[in-house]
Amino acid sequence: MKQSITLGKVTKFMGLGFLSTLKDLFTGKLEKEDLKSFLRKVVVPLASILLFLGLWHLGAKSLYNTEAEFKIEKALNDQGPEAAEAMRECIASGDISCQPNTLPSPAKVWDSYQSLLKDHQIISADKAAFAEKTAALNEKRVAEGKEPIVYTGRPSFVDQIFRSLKTVFAGFLLALLIAVPLGIFIGLSPTLKSAFNWFIQIFKPVSPVVWYLLVFMIVKTLLIDSSEDSSFTISFISVGLCSMWATLVNTAMGVSAVDKDYINVAKVLKLGTFQKIFKVILPSSLPLIFTGLKITMSVGWMVLIAIELLAQSPGLGTFVWEEFQNGANDSNAKIIVAMFVIGIIGFLLDRLMLFVQNSVSFEKTDAI
Amino acid sequence: MAYLELNNISKTYGQGDHATEVLSNINLSIEEGEFVAIVGFTGSGKTTLVNLINGLLEPTSGEVLFKGKPVSGTSHERGVIFQNYSLLPWLTVEQNVLMAVKEAFPKREKAVYKRKAAHYIDMVGLTPAINKLPRELSGGMRQRVAVARALSMKPDMIIMDEPLGALDALTRGTLQDQILNIWGKDKRTALLITNDVDEGIYMADRIIPLKPGPRATLGPEFNIDIERPRDKTEMNDNESYKKTRNAIIEYLMDIGNERKSEATEEYELPDLTPKDFVYQFK
Ligand SMILES: Nc1ncnc2c1ncn2[C@@H]1O[C@H](COP(=O)(O)OP(=O)(O)OP(=O)(O)O)[C@@H](O)[C@H]1O
Ligand SMILES: [Mg+2]
Repeated sequence: MKQSITLGKVTKFMGLGFLSTLKDLFTGKLEKEDLKSFLRKVVVPLASILLFLGLWHLGAKSLYNTEAEFKIEKALNDQGPEAAEAMRECIASGDISCQPNTLPSPAKVWDSYQSLLKDHQIISADKAAFAEKTAALNEKRVAEGKEPIVYTGRPSFVDQIFRSLKTVFAGFLLALLIAVPLGIFIGLSPTLKSAFNWFIQIFKPVSPVVWYLLVFMIVKTLLIDSSEDSSFTISFISVGLCSMWATLVNTAMGVSAVDKDYINVAKVLKLGTFQKIFKVILPSSLPLIFTGLKITMSVGWMVLIAIELLAQSPGLGTFVWEEFQNGANDSNAKIIVAMFVIGIIGFLLDRLMLFVQNSVSFEKTDAI
Repeated sequence: MAYLELNNISKTYGQGDHATEVLSNINLSIEEGEFVAIVGFTGSGKTTLVNLINGLLEPTSGEVLFKGKPVSGTSHERGVIFQNYSLLPWLTVEQNVLMAVKEAFPKREKAVYKRKAAHYIDMVGLTPAINKLPRELSGGMRQRVAVARALSMKPDMIIMDEPLGALDALTRGTLQDQILNIWGKDKRTALLITNDVDEGIYMADRIIPLKPGPRATLGPEFNIDIERPRDKTEMNDNESYKKTRNAIIEYLMDIGNERKSEATEEYELPDLTPKDFVYQFK
């Protein structure tokens, strides 16, 4: 079956239908009846975003004032009225050394975002220069059978994002490779189901931190001879083990609860076991399997931050933790930037999974 | 010996206190090449009877003999048209039929399969919808795919569970003729379950009513001695047709009234057990 996939279809699939509405608005295709849906799909979300920013701004301002007054009060009690006056002036002047440390305002977060981007550009340029400088040397080293020299400078924020994505995809792949086949076997065989049931019940609720420690214990010993940094391996395995349960349970459920009518068809056509599994049971459980994978992906992304933080594996989790430890005046703003980036990437991953789910399964699922 | 024989069949669903005997003491024999129709009320156990014959269910007592051998499991020799179509929703019309053709005739070339499938799809008038998924079809179209799928396997005996129920009168007529055509061509054997007495009379050699359950049994059989090929308009003036039709309808109304008077005295709730799978994993 051939189907041309248009932009409209893709955006609708991914639950970004309002983009099409927006496009219609600019191309003048919007009908009068569409005005209501335009209001609901474009104006209302925009208004709520503005409202959110406004509330955030006001909240941050009041927290800022509370913190500032506390600082002045403290200076007054400890060192007398002159120190208090000096502190008041210092805060008013915007001097970095005495700024109250609290929830940053939206404007500050935006500034930090810009500075993180600038930082990325600087580091990228640095990296490119390094690569150019060492290109000839590395060629020689490779020819001589030696390891090439690699850039070991500080990773930029954007680099951290890509590292995190790499970890989450590796973890997701691991979860998929373990949970789907295992789920199929468990779903097909009631014996296996009762053998694995206790196992699933006990391990499903275990927290990411404990998974991390468990994986750490095992991987550390397994890789004892290797000089490689094992933090990436440890964190992606932890992410995979932590997030695979939804897929495991959903696959087993989908496989064992295939519609009786389909099983009857398989029996009447006398399909062999192999054919029955691949032509009837699996296709009919695909929607549930994909729902499971979608949950796995979002759980994986959610626990990733905590696990990276523990594993000290490069990525957004480490970024957040380092900023928190760092305590520079714009650290809080950077943490909020990271929070938004994490949220937006999580949302996009979810949409990606929804898109895949809708393009493989015969039942269409609407975006929530 | 009869082609298909049911000896003292009874079927009970459930166990212990929850047991309901749906069919009781069913005796039926169908000769090779015969076309038999069974008419019955909804819920009387028609689908249960069909599944006993096609091998999806085993009788609680009694035996089903097909060509003299006890039936155990399904067979390509007995084709089934399910009441609820049972198409695989992720396959197109063509793929649904192809799946059956491939199983019934192993080891042929791909083009042969395609041609066979296309032939039966054309026969039920669905060539324009050949690449559509079941959910894009109307109920009647789905039922026609199910007909095409069953017929494409060229079974020796074809068992139909209310196959034309969802169709309009015109399509219904054409498909009745198609089924009769195929049945007559290689002198196959057919069992038709229907709730339409006229359909039974038009198509079958014999009509047997199934009494309302529980413990449904077969009623007295009615022979239809009308020359084939039959013509619907001519049949309406046929004396023997009118007499048989009235007799059957009278009989059905009588047992229907009997059931109604019984029903006021005692009402049995359906015996439902919830699926507990979800809870086990939660
Ligand atoms: N798997 C089952 N377990 C328990 N009871 C069942 C089962 N299948 C059917 N029954 C019961 O058996 C009786 C007959 O069902 P059946 O589906 O054979 O009726 P039917 O004559 O085909 O009805 P219809 O005309 O509506 O298709 C019903 O009372 C039904 O509740
Ligand atoms: Mg039925």
